[in-house]
Amino acid sequence: MSKIRRFTDFLLNDGAMFLMVMPGAILVLLFNYFPIGGIVLAFKNYAPVKGVWGSDWVGLKNFKAFFSTPDAWLITRNTIMYSVYFIVVGTILAVALALLLNELKKGFVSKVYQTIGLLPHFLSYVIIAYLVYAFLGGEYGIMNRTVLPLFGIEPISWYSEAKYWPFILTFVANWKEVGFSSVIYLAAIAGINIEYYEAARVDGASRWQQMKYVTLPCLRSIITIKLIMSVGGILGSDLGLFYNVPMNSGPLFPTTNVLSTYMFRGMSKVGFTTAAGVYCSVVGFILTILANAVVRKIDYDSALF
Amino acid sequence: MTINKNTKIRRASELEISRLETIILHIFFILFSISMLYPVFLAVGISFSDQNSIIEHGYRIIPVKWSLEGYKLAFKSGEILNAYKITILSTVIGTVLSVLIQMLYAYPLSRKSFKGRKFFTFYAYFVSLFSGGMVPWYIVCTKLLHLGNSFWALVLPSIFGFFNVVILRTFIKSNVPDEMIEAARIDGCSEMGIFWKMVMPLSKAGMATIGLFAMLNYWNNYYLPMMLIHDKSLFNLQYYLQIIFLNIEELAKYGNADAADIPREVTRFAMCVITMGPIILVYPFFQKYFVKGMVVGSVKG
Repeated sequence: MSKIRRFTDFLLNDGAMFLMVMPGAILVLLFNYFPIGGIVLAFKNYAPVKGVWGSDWVGLKNFKAFFSTPDAWLITRNTIMYSVYFIVVGTILAVALALLLNELKKGFVSKVYQTIGLLPHFLSYVIIAYLVYAFLGGEYGIMNRTVLPLFGIEPISWYSEAKYWPFILTFVANWKEVGFSSVIYLAAIAGINIEYYEAARVDGASRWQQMKYVTLPCLRSIITIKLIMSVGGILGSDLGLFYNVPMNSGPLFPTTNVLSTYMFRGMSKVGFTTAAGVYCSVVGFILTILANAVVRKIDYDSALF
Repeated sequence: MTINKNTKIRRASELEISRLETIILHIFFILFSISMLYPVFLAVGISFSDQNSIIEHGYRIIPVKWSLEGYKLAFKSGEILNAYKITILSTVIGTVLSVLIQMLYAYPLSRKSFKGRKFFTFYAYFVSLFSGGMVPWYIVCTKLLHLGNSFWALVLPSIFGFFNVVILRTFIKSNVPDEMIEAARIDGCSEMGIFWKMVMPLSKAGMATIGLFAMLNYWNNYYLPMMLIHDKSLFNLQYYLQIIFLNIEELAKYGNADAADIPREVTRFAMCVITMGPIILVYPFFQKYFVKGMVVGSVKG
């Protein structure tokens, strides 16, 4: 075959496929790999005039500065605390909801419940911040105007009392996602072989016993895997949730400042904040790799790589 | 997770359950539904309230005194209409580009004969594990790509997602048989031809799923404008809403009246309803695609 022939053949086949992946590959290069290259900023004293490459190297100064602030410890603690709350509470609620949905007779009504449960998933945290404000707003909110007077409790200024927020944010995050995350468990339950239930019934198992001895054990592996996988995201925190819902309120920072909000508020300190971001990315990366290794041991097929 | 399609799939609920238990279950789910719906209806109720009745009675889900004042003021300045326009434009353009670019990426990855398959899978996958963080991303967007304060800042950065590509790849694998592609090639069809004439039409449901993901993502997008947009004429609805939520003074310019007379609360909630309204009206019809996509995405392709 002549060279030209081989080249046109390449262009029409593998070459065409290389061309197809290009638009996506270029976007990933620009918006993901370039910023990874931008990590050098963590080791520099960034001066906009000099540009990224022209700025002076400062070694580990930015990292030292970050880890010597009391903030580093506080926001790491907050971030991990919330992640653990969300993972534990979220899993329990989602599995419980899936089990209960599964007990309903399949039909229009159960579809309606399920659809309503998905509603908050489709709302952004900006919208949800408004909804939360309708309850907690100081002067007119439902809590201060309607609920608390019922119990004879004085109005609480929610947006300046930090101690309530771990509960509020955990509640809000789970309210938003419980319906959607139960979907995955519901799908897993639907995949359980009906013969297990038939056998259990022959043995005289009640519904409760079937749930306890058949459904839950069948869900154990997927729950375990999802739990381990979520370890990788433990330093991740949704900026929308932690920034909008507490209304970016200063007095709440002790319990609402997490890595993402900390970085967002500190964006002008380029080197310093990049260092904080690198810390977050590297720890997250290592945790994901470790979690994946554990999952691979438990169930090879469920591992990501 | 594996779902074995060959086993008899019948839901456990087909086995009987007592009457009392059924009633308790329904009571639970009615309470659950109320907890999901109440906040949304509360916002709607506030938006149709009279400002003075709010000051007197607090927020109520059913207004003590009805009023359209909030909506009138919300639409008084052209800003919200402009924000609507920006939201719709960025959603439409972003969704079309997302579906097209991710399809183009997913199809070769579904083909065993593609020599770059392993490389390009890892290439896209790696960045979902490791990122440069917020600040380097911001510097690249503004200093290198000059996306600051431009319409494309609302579209380009969130076109591509590895999770979506995996869903599409899985979908193509199971809906476009290899033999069919081979047959088309023997008939002399080029790869591009196969993609346009066979893969795209056969993947409509997969594309619909990804398209809806993208649509929701663009409609609810506040992150990109929050990072990259300062020019009021480029604010989308979500960002506009965020701004007026976090800087209350922003609203003062809405009326010529004294600051105290401005129906702030009502106007804010009217804007909130205007923004979430379209999503709430359409999501019941689209949710099954989201659910399917989520289930497919969590099963490793």
